[in-house]
Amino acid sequence: MSRKVHVQTQINGENVEFLCEPRQSMLEVLRNELDLTGAKEGCNNGNCGACTIIVEGRPVNSCCMLGVEAEGKEIQTIEGVATPEGLHPLQQKFLEHAALQCGICTPGFIMNAKVLLETNPNPTEEEVRFWLAGNLCRCTGYDKIIRAVLDTTETTGVSTNG
Amino acid sequence: MADGNGYKVVGTRPIRHDGVDKVTGRAKYGADLNFPDMLFGKILRSPHAHAKIVSIDVSRALAHPGVKDIVTSKDLPILSENILAEDKVFYKGHAIVGLAAVDVHTAEEALSLIDIEYEVLPAVTDVAKAIREDSVVLHQSLTTNTLGEKTGKPTNISSHVRHQNGDVEAGFAEADVVVERTFTTQTVHQGYIEPITATAKYNPDGELTVWTSTQGAFNVRQQVAGILDCPASKVRVVPLEIGGGFGGKTTVYVAPVAALLAMRTGQIVKVTMTRDEVFEGTGPAPATLIRLKMGATKDGRITAADTDLFYEGGAYPGSAVGAGANCMFAAYKIPNLMIDGFDVVVNKPSSHAYRAPGAPNSSFAAECVIDEICQKLDLDPLEFRMINGAKEGDRNPIGPRHGKIGYLETVEAAQTHDHYQVEVGNGKLRGRGVASGYWGNGAGRSSVNLTVNQDGTIMLLEGSTDIGGTRASIAMQAAEVLGIAAEDVRPAVVDTNSIGETGVTGGSRTTHATGLVAIRAAESVIEQMKEKLADHWEVNLNQVDFADGTFLNSDNQISFKEAARICSPVVGSVTESTTGAGGAFGTHVVDVEVDEDTGKVEVLRYTAVQDVGTAIHPSYAEGQIQGGAVQGIGWALSEEYVYDQKGQMVNASFLDYRMPTSYDTPMVDTVMVEVPNPGHPFGVRGVGEVPLVPPLAAIANAVSRAIGVRMTHLPMNPGSVLKALNKI
Repeated sequence: MSRKVHVQTQINGENVEFLCEPRQSMLEVLRNELDLTGAKEGCNNGNCGACTIIVEGRPVNSCCMLGVEAEGKEIQTIEGVATPEGLHPLQQKFLEHAALQCGICTPGFIMNAKVLLETNPNPTEEEVRFWLAGNLCRCTGYDKIIRAVLDTTETTGVSTNG
Repeated sequence: MADGNGYKVVGTRPIRHDGVDKVTGRAKYGADLNFPDMLFGKILRSPHAHAKIVSIDVSRALAHPGVKDIVTSKDLPILSENILAEDKVFYKGHAIVGLAAVDVHTAEEALSLIDIEYEVLPAVTDVAKAIREDSVVLHQSLTTNTLGEKTGKPTNISSHVRHQNGDVEAGFAEADVVVERTFTTQTVHQGYIEPITATAKYNPDGELTVWTSTQGAFNVRQQVAGILDCPASKVRVVPLEIGGGFGGKTTVYVAPVAALLAMRTGQIVKVTMTRDEVFEGTGPAPATLIRLKMGATKDGRITAADTDLFYEGGAYPGSAVGAGANCMFAAYKIPNLMIDGFDVVVNKPSSHAYRAPGAPNSSFAAECVIDEICQKLDLDPLEFRMINGAKEGDRNPIGPRHGKIGYLETVEAAQTHDHYQVEVGNGKLRGRGVASGYWGNGAGRSSVNLTVNQDGTIMLLEGSTDIGGTRASIAMQAAEVLGIAAEDVRPAVVDTNSIGETGVTGGSRTTHATGLVAIRAAESVIEQMKEKLADHWEVNLNQVDFADGTFLNSDNQISFKEAARICSPVVGSVTESTTGAGGAFGTHVVDVEVDEDTGKVEVLRYTAVQDVGTAIHPSYAEGQIQGGAVQGIGWALSEEYVYDQKGQMVNASFLDYRMPTSYDTPMVDTVMVEVPNPGHPFGVRGVGEVPLVPPLAAIANAVSRAIGVRMTHLPMNPGSVLKALNKI
């Protein structure tokens, strides 16, 4: 076991300090040290997207980021998406469209879709599908997730492929 | 009770009760609980596909700082070889040693300090080789149980079952066209995103608590109590939210090890699998080898079918070959039939349930041969199904008569759907495939407890873990009976100490069975409230009525909510072994385009029709159908366990085991046909499993028609398509 490192960062708008071993991933720090368990571990090697967080405005698989890399960064997790006033529009649309079944992938999808809509407020179905291809969902077949994201934008026409 | 089409809650689409917790990251899944002083467990797994364990030396690992305890099969009160191997390992990934340490990294370090001497044995990982006379034999004690008789000879074929009806030779003689093909499918995984996990606490008074994510908390209790040889009353299983299961979480893997380590250390122990452990150490769906010969007359009537089904049980007997046989021809009338089914052990993980277990494999063969017969006879494949399709009173060719079913209705809906009306081709390699599928659905034990609050809202306790929206679909059924809004019923999934016994969330049984019990509990609530109101109003019980959410007699009329205050306290509690599950059918239509240079298959359009009986919450019923169809796209086109010569799986990650992404799939159009199931007050049929049965054949038929070559092997990845096109 190596000496722990002191890290100062900002998570969901709050200044946060923690100690972590250099080998600990950001996902492990969030879940085991800070008890922020909204980011999920599905694969621990960047293939499923269930652990997606937002670092400096970009979606990141937190299992592929070290805890020490959070030093001085601005981080958002699923726990910080809703406000005291209510759910984020994406969260509301996921519920209205039944875009989750088991729900384990949902935090990752919402975090990644949030960045998509912040960078591209009116994506096409193709763009949404491409952007979210790093987030695996095994329950829904993606149909209702894509519709929920498109419905959060001002885009209205959702067409079937082909 | 509401009936006919006059439902107020059934068929609406309320926001699921557990939804906000799940979109805000607050819902607690299996691995989300942390406790102070908690230990982390890890499992050492076999690096060999087949080997004798000569010796195990854990002394170096035990001396590693931070390691608290190490257990092997010798420490299990009751031996369970798939939990911890005894003296032989039968697959790569077979669990051998469990240990607990202060953190997960220390535990992983300690695994590498365990010294095991193996005598490596030759392995067999292919059902076609495992059934040969000269094959390596896994279990010397295993002999074939053939049609009820033991052969007494060591073999890998654990059982042979047969369904026989009529005279197949006469049937083939009567046929104008006979097609015979051999089909192979590979091992595939359920692919749930949440790895297997369990956390255990043991108190000195013998009370054991297990927090886990499971399809059936009572099954976990029974298995853990059985392996640890302790009374069920001493084991409390708390089901946390479950991140997917699809049949894969209907048994235990790490829970008994976590419990044993907790007992011995006195500390809380959490064991969570990594993704490669999930692939290599849990039960996938079996690879299969299926030969099928089928005949039909030139006017499109099936005369006979003769098939051999070989299903891989994996390391131990127990593949779903029986269910595969039961479902294979359920959609059709076949006068002459012979099915021989064989369960075969191979050096792979012990196979386990995956959504309609056994049925996708056998239906792939049946529905592809039917498609080829249609091509030879120049018959429309849906018209062929109208000619041969089963309706109420017809026999499933393996024996039982169908009750009220909606198979032909699904075929008709597919025929008239816009998708089937428009042309598929535009000069490229495009094809359209159709296929049908059946699953019998389950019922069984369920329990519901309804507490009426004084304000007329309801607390609903249930034992069925909620894997895809069943809190909502159960609560809605209670609300319908009580004449209140879905939001006024607050459902909760509770632990094994807090509710009556309940079977797994599996077999597509939950909305049917637990829903039926919720209806009974709600009816009990109404009866109790009528009795109390009769006393309150000083009238006879038979003078009090309940209709449309209102209690009334000749002088009084009050709402359920008003009555709740008067009648408090009221609890309706029902536990029942339910029956009446209705089997269900689906018919899928799919268009594909094949890239002739790369061999890649693109799914252009997908329409899934299914008889759902009555959709309680249509959005979640649609979601089941869409999810099943996309799992089918994966099974058909990209998913497989790839093995090397030594029996080692070489693609145990989500990067290399290719499940469909959002970019690989189209929208999935669903058509829900509603032929109510008479075995349920609202007509519910199970929905979850049927949609994984048709896709394999529907897509194979589409690809076969696109390229003009009959596809008989899954997955149809670029390599196998290029091979079919004679390009490699």
